[in-house]
Amino acid sequence: MNAIPLEHSLLLASILFCMGLAGVLVRRNIIFILMSLEIMFNAAGLAFVAGAAHWGQPDGQVMFLLILTLAAAEVAVGLAIVLQVFRSFHTVDADAVSELQG
Amino acid sequence: MTLPYYAAALVALVATLRVITCVNAVHALLYLVVSLLSVAVIFYSLGAHFAAAREIIIYAGAIMVLFLFVLMMLNIGEAAVEQERNWLSPGVWRGPALLALLLLLPLVYALFGGEEVEARGHVVDAKSVGMALFGPYILVVELASLLLLAGMAGAWHLAQDPPDERERGEGGR
Repeated sequence: MNAIPLEHSLLLASILFCMGLAGVLVRRNIIFILMSLEIMFNAAGLAFVAGAAHWGQPDGQVMFLLILTLAAAEVAVGLAIVLQVFRSFHTVDADAVSELQG
Repeated sequence: MTLPYYAAALVALVATLRVITCVNAVHALLYLVVSLLSVAVIFYSLGAHFAAAREIIIYAGAIMVLFLFVLMMLNIGEAAVEQERNWLSPGVWRGPALLALLLLLPLVYALFGGEEVEARGHVVDAKSVGMALFGPYILVVELASLLLLAGMAGAWHLAQDPPDERERGEGGR
């Protein structure tokens, strides 16, 4: 049996996830928002890996691989958008990009 | 492996708190790297060795370096000069050094402290993960590769130079 209870890992993952959520909500810099999204991805992956370790099954780690892939693709596209926003508006303020509201 | 687990959990929490409260983007990024490394320590102490290696190589190694490249390309800073002066103060080293030291202690403990350092959980080794990946989850692997391809194409298209975008006109958007 694992010496570390599953609840502790899940508690840590939820705290990390809420920190990332707070970062997404509080920060206005797009780069910080992307970083906070990474924190949330990472917390979800931690929950998956903790579940995999608790049940002794590899499925959680497979899901962690998917999360890694998703995070990589999201960061590539997101940072490209950040580059374009900075070229067009000369700022990384997320509130500056509000021209779609018509 | 309980002591390294809780030490790394503490480091992860503090570093993540610093990420979302830090005003300097590069400092926040480095704190995020520390947080990811400590999560890798957590994975290792949970018995997920392969996930720990992936966390370090892909997350802390590749994705964070991508962030750093973009931060350097943007070169944000009307106030870069006085920021630079602030960065050189010795006070900025205190937090990262303390967290890195806290991460080092479990490593030293695992290397030299006693013989019972083997993870006592259900160790899910790389072999079983690989068997699952290329067995029942083969479609998931294909989907992941498709997602990465789409991400690459999207990033290449979005990060093109503005004159190229203007030539395409509004119809291209």
